[in-house]
Amino acid sequence: MIKIENLSKDWKEFKINDISLEINENDYFIFLGPSGSGKTMLLELIAGMWYPDSGKIFMGNREVTRLPPEKRGVGFVYQNYMLFPHKTVFENIAFGLNIRKVGKKEIQTKVDEIMNLFGISHLANRLPRTLSGGEQQRTALARALIIRPQVLLMDEPLSALDRITREDLIQEFKKIHKEFNITIIHVTHNFDEALQLADRIAIIKKGTVSQVGTTDEVFRHPKDEFVADFVGSENIIKGIATDGKDSLTKVDTGNIIIESTDSKVGKVHATIRPEDITLSTHVITTSARNEFKGHVTEIYDLGTIIKLTVDVGEILVLVLTRQSFMDLNLNIGKEVYITFKATAVSLF
Amino acid sequence: MKKLDYTTIFFAIMGSFLVLFILIPILNLMVSSNIGAISANLQDPQVISSLFVSVYSALIATLIAILFGVPLAYILARHDFFGKGLVESIIDIPIVIPHTVSGIALLLVFTSGGIIGAPLSKLGIVFTNAIPGIIIAMLFVSSSFVVNSAREGFESVDPRMEKVAHTLGSGTLRTFFVISLPLALRSIIVGAILCWARAISEFGAIIILAFYPLAASTLIYERFVQFGLSDSTPVAIILISICLALFFVVRLILKGWRTYDKN
Repeated sequence: MIKIENLSKDWKEFKINDISLEINENDYFIFLGPSGSGKTMLLELIAGMWYPDSGKIFMGNREVTRLPPEKRGVGFVYQNYMLFPHKTVFENIAFGLNIRKVGKKEIQTKVDEIMNLFGISHLANRLPRTLSGGEQQRTALARALIIRPQVLLMDEPLSALDRITREDLIQEFKKIHKEFNITIIHVTHNFDEALQLADRIAIIKKGTVSQVGTTDEVFRHPKDEFVADFVGSENIIKGIATDGKDSLTKVDTGNIIIESTDSKVGKVHATIRPEDITLSTHVITTSARNEFKGHVTEIYDLGTIIKLTVDVGEILVLVLTRQSFMDLNLNIGKEVYITFKATAVSLF
Repeated sequence: MKKLDYTTIFFAIMGSFLVLFILIPILNLMVSSNIGAISANLQDPQVISSLFVSVYSALIATLIAILFGVPLAYILARHDFFGKGLVESIIDIPIVIPHTVSGIALLLVFTSGGIIGAPLSKLGIVFTNAIPGIIIAMLFVSSSFVVNSAREGFESVDPRMEKVAHTLGSGTLRTFFVISLPLALRSIIVGAILCWARAISEFGAIIILAFYPLAASTLIYERFVQFGLSDSTPVAIILISICLALFFVVRLILKGWRTYDKN
């Protein structure tokens, strides 16, 4: 377990401001935030590359706040891999073992084994500059993991890669997380990565943590406008909340009334994720609490999915698969019915 | 082929002035003595010993510059601190002041009555008119080449690479020796050879601090004053050949050294 208590650090344009966090053993934990939010510095503080101005860091039951990185038992992988350019793939991976004065034979066995695992055995004698991005990242991962760290820290590990390599590596990360029985902290600005990989997420904003929770909590129930904006809920509607019946909350937006299972009173923002809204061309009776009649105002073709805006008094964004878009025979101005559940509406 | 416009042609003509201005005297010097005179001078013990003094002292000065200059360069490349600009300026001062002034400044401190010379002379190290004097004169005027070049080398090594090495268990000093130093070595060697060549060609500070034992540059001057051009030219050719050879080695290293830069 990693525990961070009231951590602060101020250096040049980077700032970490009184962050407290707990990361469970064997979690896949993601720091999600826009660039310049301080998430890389937070990661480097955990690795020991910086010492904080104040606050404490614990790993397991050990305080490591003032421990140099070489004594923390962490592996680190950077976006630009940071392979040693004068060493071959083999030598790069063997680096940590050489430092530990492991015998030559054992090094050979262990490096062979891990190169095998990552499918890079054929690259053993190549220099990093001759490798593709994906190959470099696999080498960097092997180099970090061969010393069996308790924690693997990754700073934007997928950002420099093309889409296909990225998908491959996402599977690789899942495999590593399982096989190495390791706590992973992964920094990214891409919420798709977070969706696919994270057990838990911390949203980082201007050196502070905006929200911590499971992927579902953060994506379904963003705590404030920043988180909602950042995780991509596009329907954010202002309104006044009052207690309704059946322990539901009624939100009057001025144009429509939305029901939510979140309990809140007064001025609120309601968010509904586009994929939680269903659309039909006829009235359908469902258990969904929120049903509205409106008309299509805009249609965006995003390739495999179609994004629509529907005016039901409020403008709402929703998405359809290309197939259902075709089946519904939609066009701008067409009258439609939309429904969403009260549980899909979160209030903040 | 790219079409040449008038501006390019005009600038090329203007630009060739400096190239020719440097090249013509050097080429002319190389052919203005005969092989016989050069080989006679190569057998002259005074010439040989002066060449030895120059090359040897310059080598020692360069080694000292590396020993103290590389750590300084690493600090300058990695850290921001109060007074950093001042330190950088101090290192560059010898480039901008006349070398005879450097010689006088050194003499005042290193003479047997000076603040550094006095305690060292008790240990038997004398600077005036001795090899150590030549060495410090050379060190003073040429050490900045090592510092500046090494610094550039260290700056080209991403600090995050060192950080990764730390997480892999390598302490800071070890990381310096196995990661940073090998990657900056090309720049350090280039700086060292420039430093060596500059040290061999030093004259102004040397004649003030240590006219004797004769360094090659001092010998050329002495022969010129006493016997004129015909006696000084062969020695000049020998010295310039050594400097040019070093210079070509630098160019070869610059070209041939495997660079690890990102693709």
